[in-house]
Amino acid sequence: MKMNPIKDPFDPRIDVWNECGERSADPEVTSPETLSPDDERFLKKRELQNSEDEHGVRALESSVMQGLFKTDITRRRFLKRVGAAAAFAMVGQFFPIQSLKAMADDAKKNLEKKKLTIGFVPITCATPIVAGHGLGFYQKYGLDVDIVKTAGWAVSRDNCLNGQYDGSHLLFPMPPAMSMGLGSTRQPWRVVSNVNTNGQAIVLANKHKDKRDAKKWKGFRFAVPFEYSMHNFLLRMVVAEAGLDPDQDIQIRVVPPPEMVANLRAGNVDGYLAPDPFCQRAVYDGVGFIHKLTMELWDQHPCCVFSVSERFIQENPNTFTVLSMAILEATAVAQQRENRAHFADVMAPRAYLNQPPEVLRQILTGIFPDGLGGIRRVPERISFMPFPTQSMGIWVLTQMKRWGYLKEDINYQDIAKELIISSTTEKMMRNLEKSNDEVTFTDIPDQPYPVYNIMGREFDPQAAEEYLAGFDIIR
Amino acid sequence: MKPSLETLRSALLASLFFGIFIFIWYALTVPRSGDRAIFELSEEEVAQLDELGMAMEDRLYYLESGLDFEQLWQLAEMQFTREEIEMAGGIEAFGFQRQENGEAEVRSHFPTPGQVFSVGWEMIRDPFYDNGPNDKGIGLQLAYSLRRVALGFGLAVLVAIPLGFIMGMSRLFSEALMPFVQILKPISPLAWMPLALYTIKDAEQSSIFVIFICSVWPLLINTMFGVATVRKDWLAIGRTLELGRFQMAGQIILPAAAPTVFTGMKISIGISWLVIVAAEMLIGGTGMGYFVWNEWNGLNIDSMIVAIFVIGVVGYVLDWIIGFGQKAVRYVD
Repeated sequence: MKMNPIKDPFDPRIDVWNECGERSADPEVTSPETLSPDDERFLKKRELQNSEDEHGVRALESSVMQGLFKTDITRRRFLKRVGAAAAFAMVGQFFPIQSLKAMADDAKKNLEKKKLTIGFVPITCATPIVAGHGLGFYQKYGLDVDIVKTAGWAVSRDNCLNGQYDGSHLLFPMPPAMSMGLGSTRQPWRVVSNVNTNGQAIVLANKHKDKRDAKKWKGFRFAVPFEYSMHNFLLRMVVAEAGLDPDQDIQIRVVPPPEMVANLRAGNVDGYLAPDPFCQRAVYDGVGFIHKLTMELWDQHPCCVFSVSERFIQENPNTFTVLSMAILEATAVAQQRENRAHFADVMAPRAYLNQPPEVLRQILTGIFPDGLGGIRRVPERISFMPFPTQSMGIWVLTQMKRWGYLKEDINYQDIAKELIISSTTEKMMRNLEKSNDEVTFTDIPDQPYPVYNIMGREFDPQAAEEYLAGFDIIR
Repeated sequence: MKPSLETLRSALLASLFFGIFIFIWYALTVPRSGDRAIFELSEEEVAQLDELGMAMEDRLYYLESGLDFEQLWQLAEMQFTREEIEMAGGIEAFGFQRQENGEAEVRSHFPTPGQVFSVGWEMIRDPFYDNGPNDKGIGLQLAYSLRRVALGFGLAVLVAIPLGFIMGMSRLFSEALMPFVQILKPISPLAWMPLALYTIKDAEQSSIFVIFICSVWPLLINTMFGVATVRKDWLAIGRTLELGRFQMAGQIILPAAAPTVFTGMKISIGISWLVIVAAEMLIGGTGMGYFVWNEWNGLNIDSMIVAIFVIGVVGYVLDWIIGFGQKAVRYVD
């Protein structure tokens, strides 16, 4: 029989929340442990049920009980007085544990599809999707998910469009591009949630240690992971803000993330704006240094998303909900600082990121050497804030327009509303918070169109045209 | 058959070449790094660190790990605890260490022959492990690649040999089709791949298609050439014996052209093996090409070298197998 790591909160004989199972020092609770035969039977039955506790019911109960009693002493006192079975019935009246459970269970019972294939590119942005697999988040939700490592974003996109992936880790601008038929056939894909925020950096080759000012980058060759990427848009903006034209004065090449360090080492590129681990890996291998973290450009900027096609949502509404909840929960757990080192170790093996664990730890803990001799402590170097705001989507669309990827005039708000299903995501996040006490989200804004500060410029999504008009360099 | 003196001598020479190669490799890659520099602190520096609250125990640990005063001072000033540093992968991974000559310690360098052999041994010892879709043993990866090659190459044989026969026997057909063959022949598999992915919409079938489209031409041209150059007197004999069209093809032309056809097959299978590695690097998932790519993205040069070596050996074996067929149909004029 499998042991459940969470102890039964209705057992008056043991401490549940006190570490190491030490006994509460209270004469009443440590008095001779006699149970009524009723309670004995009740607890025995729970123990048997518990071996098949797939849905985390016990965790739910435990958190409800902790909310009620705060400490083990008060809880055990209460249970001793009224009896475990009676207490269970009483608590159940006030806290509908059963119905909370039912909501998640309902979707789980009616899964249209259990066996799923999800694509990912081996970068730390994919932490919730990858570590979610390694730590069994999908299993917990009753799904059998294969995650498939993909060589680059173009292949990811093609595998999404031709139906090989049920859902995928994509760059934020990719679902919009796919939905509008930019650079591929047109197929509606939706942004469900951010799998990460921040987590990128501008890395320069060691020989450019004296060129920390973007104005000196004329003639540089930069790499970005894909045309439709935050990386491309942010790099273009950095360069343009320094007065250089990103299409004339520098060269921007598309290089799949895994090949970036090798290209930097070979001197093929002077630098890149890329996802980790390939920024920190350049430092680890002594070929480059971290010039700037992207969070210094736009704090909590989106980067990669979990995305599915509109068709998948229509055909598999329950599967979609359950899968998204699994990923959202993994995202929330990844955000908790105390889990970061563990997540790093889970992702290191060949099946996942295939990187030295210490590099991943440096990234996820935010304590890292910058390649210039310094150590930095930036806890939010990579964050996992899942909520995709409409403003993020509108910014992406304005950048597509700014750099000529998007030719026609569009209504940014309408398109963003269609692409970014943030109200659905919000519902799922709220549900998750209710049903799982360990999950809290702090990133759902009060208003649908938050204003952002991006590289010192205010971006008000409701004045997108004016924002674009404020740039000198524009296509 | 006793090995002749000739074979013995060539084997000796080959071993000598191999030995020289390994020696040069070793000489170029042996870590020349000196000992790690261990710094000593003056009393004043120790006092400064104390003032920042660095415990003596930590100070000694960091010094032993090769950090200098400035780095220690940074750690102390930022109030890093040892626990935090361990969470972040440990101080060794920060790359602060210097050698005694002042140069930075090189963390990754081209592997020595010894490293490659030990990694290779590890890989070959357990070739069939399967840790999910992204991590399989080298034996399984080989099987995936070989399966794709078998399908793509098999398809090429099915198409190229009959078509080659028709083109070889009919001048009209050969002249009409030749321009297409000539244009399609030099196209790289990497150029076909995106087009295939886009139209076929299946990574597996796309890679098989690319193998097919790249390996079909040499086989086609060789078959055609073999059929077209069957000696005229043999055909004349056939005609005097009043053989029918099909008898002629089966009993005279086929045996006569077979050696050339097999030469074409040898070239084709070689090309298939070249193509599959390139294709798998592009599509990912499984196979030797994916394996090489995956090791490259982790910058594990040692296992990459092992994989490259295995690819070479398997290519040789494929060639050797076709060689068997070639021997069976050889004839002397």
